[in-house]
Amino acid sequence: MALRPMTMIEALNSALALELERDERVVLLGQDIGLNGGVFRVTDQLQRRFGERRVFDTPLAESAIIGTSVGMAVYGLRPIAEIQFAGFLFLCMSQLVTQAARMRFRSGGAFTCPLVVRSPYGGGVRTPELHSDSLEGVFLQTPGLKVVIPSNPYDAKGLLAAAVADPDPVLFLENIKLYRSFRQETPEEYYTVPLGKAKTVQAGEDVSLFAYGAMVPVALEAAQQAQQELGISVEVIDLRTVWPLDEEAIVSSVEKTGRAVVVHEAPRAGGIGAEVTAIINEHCLYSLLKPVARVTGYDTPYPVPGVEDYYLPTPAKVLAALRQVMEP
Amino acid sequence: MAIHQIDPGLVPFQILDPEGNLVGEMPALSPERLLYFYRMMRLARAFSDRIIAMQRQGRATTFGSLAGQEAATVGLAAPLQPQDWLATSYREIASLIVKGVPLSTLVYSFRGFTPPNWPAETRCLPYQIVIGTQIPHAVGLAMAARIAGDPVVAVGVCGDGATSEGDFNEALNFAGVFHAPAVIIVQNNGWAISVPRHRQSAAPTLAARGIGFGVPAALVDGNDILAVYETVRQAVERARAGDGPTLIELLTYRLGSHTTADDANRYRDPAEVEAWRARDPIARLQKFLRRRDLLSEEQDEEIGAAVQAEIDAAVREAEAMPPMAPDSFFDYVSATLPPRLQEQRAELLRFVSPAQPQPQPGERR
Repeated sequence: MALRPMTMIEALNSALALELERDERVVLLGQDIGLNGGVFRVTDQLQRRFGERRVFDTPLAESAIIGTSVGMAVYGLRPIAEIQFAGFLFLCMSQLVTQAARMRFRSGGAFTCPLVVRSPYGGGVRTPELHSDSLEGVFLQTPGLKVVIPSNPYDAKGLLAAAVADPDPVLFLENIKLYRSFRQETPEEYYTVPLGKAKTVQAGEDVSLFAYGAMVPVALEAAQQAQQELGISVEVIDLRTVWPLDEEAIVSSVEKTGRAVVVHEAPRAGGIGAEVTAIINEHCLYSLLKPVARVTGYDTPYPVPGVEDYYLPTPAKVLAALRQVMEP
Repeated sequence: MAIHQIDPGLVPFQILDPEGNLVGEMPALSPERLLYFYRMMRLARAFSDRIIAMQRQGRATTFGSLAGQEAATVGLAAPLQPQDWLATSYREIASLIVKGVPLSTLVYSFRGFTPPNWPAETRCLPYQIVIGTQIPHAVGLAMAARIAGDPVVAVGVCGDGATSEGDFNEALNFAGVFHAPAVIIVQNNGWAISVPRHRQSAAPTLAARGIGFGVPAALVDGNDILAVYETVRQAVERARAGDGPTLIELLTYRLGSHTTADDANRYRDPAEVEAWRARDPIARLQKFLRRRDLLSEEQDEEIGAAVQAEIDAAVREAEAMPPMAPDSFFDYVSATLPPRLQEQRAELLRFVSPAQPQPQPGERR
């Protein structure tokens, strides 16, 4: 495969272009995704290349973006809808949670909803209110919906292709801070990265460190510091699909290490960390040497830009948690 | 009469034409009041320019330009009484200033902090970021005033993009059904980020939305401050008299980009912008005042210097205010902080060293 260094934005743009090329049923809709190429330029040039019939701006109405996407998906198209910021998913919760995710269920399988909803999320970039929120925890109780969060350009492109190929609706959350933070050698061609599979980013023996999205680089930095300062070997696992979780990967790692830390920037209560901890309790409690630690955003609304850095997990916070679970 | 009973028609109500000629009936406004309008419009433009400059220097966070919409935003707030409520978006900062929100409070908020002293007594809700969500609040405030039997009016303001949201339409319906003393104002500035007005709705006007909800509506030249003032004054009077809600569409134009994070050159024809620059609302009132000998050249310069001095003082004051404490975002989650959050707050403080530099406000994206 021909490799090219791509940012996550470029990798996503490449994935979307390939989908539009290879499948006539694929359409892109959202606010400012046409001529403007999206507020982060993920859809840059796609309207010019594929025309307004397949890549189009909608009126400013999140609920109608998702509701009409449900209709298009039922008709047989493969809509890829963009919600401009994940905080605005609240405006389309009814259509996403009660309609898109339940079309197969409520029609007894007569109709399906192969829809991808893309949305930027995550903090640390000084955005206005509700432009930095991490909502993935909310969707743990949305049966029928998968939630995918890539941490690097290669995975972003392959996971997006897999999401489009999936027969059910997928919420694809893209971390804003990772959009342009680094480039990675990424194939120009079409490929998929399977949904529902975590990835061991760094193998280790002493403790399992679970993360996703922008917390993967934070976890890796903390793991490196832990190696130097505590002399421990940390296994870093990128969950990649946060719902449903890769239980096998979680359990097999914790059975090996006996210790676990989960990191996410979403609030703590009822989140991915809570669910990972429950999976560990259910499947490998007796392998655990210490209680599982969570390093997360706090159970407050996402703060204003002037203090947002205090809200987010940092390598120092993760290192403290690693230290805690390594106590004898 | 600017407000029609149901069909707002297609011709915008106008009192001053773009050249500053009187083409309608002059509202009862003293020369002092007219000069106040002019001064506030100049202040709004200068304030917007200043915050954008501060954002470029890393001293302020994302900011949406106010330029071009000064007649609409000053004119809509001017007829309100102190007891009236105002719920706006981020594009109506000038309306908040007219209603009494101190400049320094606003500057502090644009530094990326929650002002510790938001003036609740001005009856202005904090400017809304999520599109259209403030309109149901305005209607609810108006419904409450009616239930309480108070002679209080609530004004909700949003942009043309917000009229596509469910919240806007649901709120307009409530306003009609409950005969709420509400004035719902749409600042149609032509663009919702990159999406032009004609892609928001197939209807010829947004004011026409009133017909479907049984709410009287008016279509107004939003760059004519006398027309804006007079229409809103009539609507507020109607509401206060118990005659129910009004929908007002103000035709104006966003001269700048959507925000400091946007580049309008990507999607907008510069010729269109130039055409609207020729309809600058400040220049229109200036021409009118000059022609009537209500504003000398010296006075005009004095006003320009005075608004700069006022902004200088506000910026100094806001920059002298201490940054929010690192753990301050726990302060207003709920009336009392549950034990679980008290623990989380203590957890955070273990990672904050006193010597740690404050984060810079400038956006990074």
